[in-house]
Amino acid sequence: MNKIVNSAKEAVAGIFDGATVMISGFGEAGSPVELIHALVDQGAKNLTVVSNNAGSGHVGLAALIENRQVKKILCSFPRTAISVVFPELYRAGEIELELVPQGTLAERIRAGGAGVPAFYTPTTVNTPLAEGKEIREFDGKQYVMEKAIQADFALVKCATADKYGNLIYNKTARNFGPVMCMAAKTTIAQTKEVVELGSINPEHVITPGIFVNRVVEISNPADESKLVAENVKYHGIKQ
Amino acid sequence: MESNNKITGWSTSEMAQKVAMDIHDGAYVNLGIGIPEMVTGFIPEGREVIYHTENGLLGMGKVAQSGSEDPELVNAGKKYVTAIPGAAYFHHADSFAMIRGGHIDICVLGAYQVSEEGDLANWSTGNPNDIPAVGGAMDLVAGVKTIFVITKHTTKTGASKIVKSCTYPLTGKNVVSRIYTNLSILDVVDKKLFVRKLAPGVSFEYLQQQTEATLNQ
Repeated sequence: MNKIVNSAKEAVAGIFDGATVMISGFGEAGSPVELIHALVDQGAKNLTVVSNNAGSGHVGLAALIENRQVKKILCSFPRTAISVVFPELYRAGEIELELVPQGTLAERIRAGGAGVPAFYTPTTVNTPLAEGKEIREFDGKQYVMEKAIQADFALVKCATADKYGNLIYNKTARNFGPVMCMAAKTTIAQTKEVVELGSINPEHVITPGIFVNRVVEISNPADESKLVAENVKYHGIKQ
Repeated sequence: MESNNKITGWSTSEMAQKVAMDIHDGAYVNLGIGIPEMVTGFIPEGREVIYHTENGLLGMGKVAQSGSEDPELVNAGKKYVTAIPGAAYFHHADSFAMIRGGHIDICVLGAYQVSEEGDLANWSTGNPNDIPAVGGAMDLVAGVKTIFVITKHTTKTGASKIVKSCTYPLTGKNVVSRIYTNLSILDVVDKKLFVRKLAPGVSFEYLQQQTEATLNQ
């Protein structure tokens, strides 16, 4: 079993128009910039994206949105100091937003990967974000029903991988990676390094390979914040 | 607001210090973005406090020094930070299990408005032109054992932020335990506000005059 592919282009092959795509990252930390740019090149449209933020500057997720490939985004915090693309399209009514509290977003994804169709959470009770949702009382306390999220594809970034798809992340770049890997039909990971089988101590595996389908080595990934600071605009490479 | 001799009360640092004094030894604490982050600077010597940041780190250390920033080590405000010896990283679902599951002792948040019943509004002004963003605020108020709010007593235009009932969209209902403002420290007990401490020069009457909510002594 060998999940290693040779390029980011090969890694994102088959992402189809209308697909739901989870993208890891908390701001730039853990955002798989090279995979996202490969998806910009590939050109799949009408995507539903699940990601904590909505991109910064004109690179990474922001470039995917700017290239008009995203019809809807589920996220907890689309607003950042340097987010310019999403606000413009959102105000123009050209992109749909489903605002999900961060913990609910993570748990909906985990539920999606764990075969749990829905769950009850105290988060959002008595707030506008609970409107239209089932409320149920357990032991005298109110909870909101939230449904699981599953995806056709997940794009994640990690630090170390082997050919079975076992993954280790780096610091707070782990964030949504592990749960997204579990919740997608096809999980695609970019890694800083690929190591031999057995090099990763099984006790240290964070995402077991069963949740991962394709791995591509990007040994020198871009720093998104540097690209944003340099005002780089990614427009893609015509296929 | 007729008063010509407007009292400024405590400085932001002094407010942060008051919060820090109320954080017990051995507490697991989550700090909101902005003013709440200042609290770390005032924890008394000898108290061990472990900071949780919801993007996946328990044992957050100081802000990273210039030149040694790591873009993969950030806090909830996406600032470059450090990790202390003994820190742990985890994924987002585990991080919010710590929050929602009641494992975090104290969370310190900013506010647009707090009501006399302890309702908090801190995520949206309801302005349709603003991009809605909630982050982890609703999870924090729903799950953390004790919620402290640190905020200026009034807005820039002099309106009370301590109100009878929030007019902005709620983050959570009956969630705030204690409010630290530049003029006072207020406790929410049984859906009523009690004045716990007044800033120098502030009388109960002056505080009530500056406050839309009903205060109790």
